[in-house]
Amino acid sequence: MSLSLVTLFLLSIMVFLGGQVLPGNVGRAILGPFADQRAVDALNHTLGVDRPLLTQYWGWISNFVQGDMGTSYIFRSPVAPFVIDALGNSMKLAAVAFVLVVPIGILGGVVAALNLNRPLDRIISLGGLSVTVLPEFVTGIILILIFGVWLRWLPISAAWPRNAGFFTQLYYLILPSLPLFLVLFGYIARMARSGMIEALDSDYTRTAVLKGLPWRTVIWRHVLRNALLPTITVIATQTGYLIGGLVVIETLFRYQGIGSLIFTAARGKDFPMLESGILTIGIVYAVATLIADFLYSMLNPRIRLESDQ
Amino acid sequence: MSAVQSTSPVPDDTRRRGPLAEVFYSLLRSRTFLVGLAIVLFWVACALFGEHFAPYDPLADDIINALAPPSSEHWFGTDQIGRDVFSRVIVGSRDILTVAPLATLLATVAGTALGLITGYFRGLVDDVVSRILEAFMAIPVVIVALLAIVALGTSKTTVIVVIGLSFAPIIARTVRSAVLAERELDYVAAAQLRHESALHTMFVEILPNVIPPILVETTVRLGYAIFAVATLSFMGFGIQPPSPDWGLSISNNYGMIGGGFWWTVLFDALAIASLVIGVNLAADGVHGALND
Amino acid sequence: MTSSAKAKNALELTDLSVAYRVAGRNRAVLRNLSLTIGQGEAYGLVGESGCGKSTVALTVVRYLPRNGSITGGAISLDGQDVMKLDAEALRRARAESVSMVYQDPGKALNPSIRVGRQLTEIFELGGVSGQAATDRAIAMLNRVRISDPVSVMQRYPHQLSGGMQQRVAIAMALANDPSMLILDEPTTGLDATVEAEVLDLIAQLRQELSASILFISHNLAVVSNMCDRVGVLYAGMLVEEGPTEVVFNDPRHPYTVALLRCLPRGGQRKDQGRLDTIPGFLPGIGTDIKGCAFADRCALADDRCRSELPPLYDLGGRLSRCFHHDKAQALPRATPSDVAAAPKAAAAPVLRVAGLNKTYASHGHALRAVKDVSLDLRPGETLGLVGESGSGKTTFARLLLGLVPPDEGGTIELEGKALAPRLENRSDDQIKAMQIVFQNPDSALNRSHSIRHLIGRALKRLAGLSGKALEARLNDLVRSVRLTDRHLAVKPRQLSGGLKQRVAIARAFAGDPRIVVCDEPTSALDVSVQAAILNLLADLQSKEDVSYIFISHDLAVVRYLSDKIAVLYLGRIMELGPSEDVFSGPHHPYTEALLSAVPKLDQTETARIRLDGEIPSATNPPSGCVFHTRCPRKIGPICEQQEPPLSEAQPGHSIRCHIPYAELARLQKAVVTEPA
Repeated sequence: MSLSLVTLFLLSIMVFLGGQVLPGNVGRAILGPFADQRAVDALNHTLGVDRPLLTQYWGWISNFVQGDMGTSYIFRSPVAPFVIDALGNSMKLAAVAFVLVVPIGILGGVVAALNLNRPLDRIISLGGLSVTVLPEFVTGIILILIFGVWLRWLPISAAWPRNAGFFTQLYYLILPSLPLFLVLFGYIARMARSGMIEALDSDYTRTAVLKGLPWRTVIWRHVLRNALLPTITVIATQTGYLIGGLVVIETLFRYQGIGSLIFTAARGKDFPMLESGILTIGIVYAVATLIADFLYSMLNPRIRLESDQ
Repeated sequence: MSAVQSTSPVPDDTRRRGPLAEVFYSLLRSRTFLVGLAIVLFWVACALFGEHFAPYDPLADDIINALAPPSSEHWFGTDQIGRDVFSRVIVGSRDILTVAPLATLLATVAGTALGLITGYFRGLVDDVVSRILEAFMAIPVVIVALLAIVALGTSKTTVIVVIGLSFAPIIARTVRSAVLAERELDYVAAAQLRHESALHTMFVEILPNVIPPILVETTVRLGYAIFAVATLSFMGFGIQPPSPDWGLSISNNYGMIGGGFWWTVLFDALAIASLVIGVNLAADGVHGALND
Repeated sequence: MTSSAKAKNALELTDLSVAYRVAGRNRAVLRNLSLTIGQGEAYGLVGESGCGKSTVALTVVRYLPRNGSITGGAISLDGQDVMKLDAEALRRARAESVSMVYQDPGKALNPSIRVGRQLTEIFELGGVSGQAATDRAIAMLNRVRISDPVSVMQRYPHQLSGGMQQRVAIAMALANDPSMLILDEPTTGLDATVEAEVLDLIAQLRQELSASILFISHNLAVVSNMCDRVGVLYAGMLVEEGPTEVVFNDPRHPYTVALLRCLPRGGQRKDQGRLDTIPGFLPGIGTDIKGCAFADRCALADDRCRSELPPLYDLGGRLSRCFHHDKAQALPRATPSDVAAAPKAAAAPVLRVAGLNKTYASHGHALRAVKDVSLDLRPGETLGLVGESGSGKTTFARLLLGLVPPDEGGTIELEGKALAPRLENRSDDQIKAMQIVFQNPDSALNRSHSIRHLIGRALKRLAGLSGKALEARLNDLVRSVRLTDRHLAVKPRQLSGGLKQRVAIARAFAGDPRIVVCDEPTSALDVSVQAAILNLLADLQSKEDVSYIFISHDLAVVRYLSDKIAVLYLGRIMELGPSEDVFSGPHHPYTEALLSAVPKLDQTETARIRLDGEIPSATNPPSGCVFHTRCPRKIGPICEQQEPPLSEAQPGHSIRCHIPYAELARLQKAVVTEPA
């Protein structure tokens, strides 16, 4: 827990440095090279970027913690509502991808391990590796071409009509979630596969088999739990990649999520928006890691019991 | 009896080859590696000599023939200002194959150094540096890159430095855990018992033993560097016009796919896909050969 | 034996051949192995590592690794042809008639399932479930002498000690009342006192149960105590078989003869002559063998032995695969036994340690790894350090070397000069004067460097040599540890374990050390290789007048090499004295128990001392005498309240015990502890 806080603190410093210090003259950056110097100074003063760094950082972070994310340079209105809206949208997209990929990825890895070195394993492993390493915009483009342009089964934009119901929204989210699914599938399947292979080769599995337990019982009771523990950690760390992918996917599918928010802010040099967006992502990542640690220790008696003592 | 020496070498023929030679032979046996290598070499050849066999100048526009579908004249059609897509795809590997390997090299050098130092000294140095690296890894590379590029401005050098530095912590983590394991081995204590310097112990004693994981991580990272460069270019923060770069071309043309001009993006997408998969197949082969 | 039992052997292997597929080639591991285990019989299978012992076990239960395959022969278990069983029949055979216990119980139990569940699932297979299964599981744990079965049922494996884990594994193996029990190195890796307990348990269970036993071990003494008959395996072939006492007392195959000669026995000491060795190496897995597999290493071998495979001669109830079985015991020694010169008794100690302590912080508790250790060591002398795991042996060695700084207050003096606590602050001369040979050469030798580099670097740094002088000294050193020039160019992994350990020894001797710490230098090695290393160490000592601090859990080995012994328990010296005095007694009750725990080849001892319970945690040592919780000779409350001092009972012989020396002598006279 305290570890995540340290990480978040360091992240906030990095974001602050990247967003407010490195770009140099913010007013100049916003107004362009031909603006009047007085106008630039005035803007810098209004934005508060002419204050000492420490004061700026403290003001920024203490406001952020209280929910005040500052004022957008571009929209001239508070950042927070934008970020919260966008985060909600992104969560929907991510949830669809996650709900699909976790069970299917684990299943893929387990099936591959149980068919080690047979054709089915080769197909899942190499196929998984191949789709995992493709950039989301590449798979996105190809999927749009196939399902949106040629087959016309799915809408090529994720912007659903106003007042769309749950199922309509889901329908619009299928295509955008597929590239995310593909990127994560290979990871999760690969982890699950190697965890399974290790567990299958272990002495305790040998013990279970030599007890004369039916193969099904050996797998369900003895192998799976030990095999899938490491996979849980991986799934959590993958939220980071998932969010990275959101930036691209949301841009490609014109979806109003945190990714496209960051992208738009970056293009427009809207630093308060950019910083808040990135820090929000950091918090989501930290929370996901915490949940994973918690799950891992719940499932692993060795850790659970040691923390009791 | 005296003819039987107690010191004849172990009569096991598999041990005669050196470890490197064994890795080499097992790479040659790996179909995955060879297929991956062939794909990568194809694109490297295109990057080096592409303009000699591209039918058109990849930068020459021809507005009258804009958005022409694939034909015998333009195998992959033309884009919105009439440039030949086939020629552009052929030459489009050049920038990404410069930027990505350099970024990987930077990441490997910086990551290895960081990993060696944190793993070897442990303690406070390790705690502080590891925390910082962790914070780095908490945000996706694409976003770090976005932030840095917005702050520093776009150029190839920026892209190389940004991707290199954001991958360095990942390599550092791999190296660190390998070094931590090595450090527990008694040869490190033996070196201390010879009063060897920390530098000697790190670079002469430990480093050679952690080369295999570094090699694997580097090849894997190269795949991700290509991934990242392509993505940044697609988002407009990477390689800049007028380069025929694949990601950049997709970025310029994908707005029109709703109109059915699929050829302006599909071939670039397939090119990226093949290069990334090629690198990763090769990396998988290296991983397999080193972990046999 | 009833007539039906006679008709059906518990296990029959007929011409069994097994191969492993490595780098695209099938390599033979077992070659035409035939053996028979009768109903209720305990059969021991011995041999050095790589001879195929464990493969036999895995083949019987059909659990070979993925690359292993049975290439010929038949296995019959209780009259059933194991190789013809389909998946379901095989499962039933495993559930009903055969069980297996192997090394490393910590890995054999499922880490995420409670012990109770892992037991009850066996009864559920037999149709017993719910409370009935729980009751039977508790009964089973009682049976393996677990004192608090109800609470053990609720625990996870990692919460149990190694000895307890192995009891649970044995309980699981016996839960289905198998007709065949396979024990594959069941006590290897356990501490001596724990090993003795587990072996006692197995022996007792044999009386209670009907199971036949296949007992696989590298330890001849363990097998000799546990088994009715024994088979000696060499390169995947049975070379000798017969009743245990007969084979060990009157071996008829040169390999068995040589193997027995490698062991220091009957209290043998370095000044009474060298150990015999077996030259050469076990043929690699899959090597084509024409003739006798042992011929290359056998001094009796003639041309016939090299070209023609000897049959298994039936010598009346016993078998030997040797043309010269009648004169096997006339096998000439491979190493002359000429006595190494006795060390001179020099006056001034080379090392003096006073009041050395080491405390670690462990989860907020202080862990006293080494407590108040004082001793000294003379030139040319060997100090043996014995004690179970956690006794502080290795920590003490690391303190001496400066790899770990001791607590404030203690002193270490080398040749009269105080040594800095930390390695960095010691002079180059001090560093080269004290070196170490580690237990595991794979860890101690950098696998990226050639042997020439490994030794050369040590000569450069420690002896300050370079150029021609270094080259000359390198050649000398290499020859003195009996390596040759062709070993210099290779990397460690291209050498066998014994050769690697010679490299490590050469490196330790590069700077003409005064003291070499040997931390279990032979415990990763087979006995034949161990003998050669012990001889080498003894030779080097008499030549260089170097002192050793020799750490080992093997008391016979310690006794062979040591002039002086320190017995450690929970970081404290419990007994310190001349080797012969410590071994022959009267000794500390802990020493007595350690000696009694050692399995012996000659089963002559009458009474045994066994320790109860586990080694206490060093973070929370018992009050008073730290040994009182396990002491078989505890005399009363004084043991719990006062820590006895380490007092000199005889000149040079100190014991930390409340019982007076004369009383110890009287008590221990009743028990004749045979030398290890």
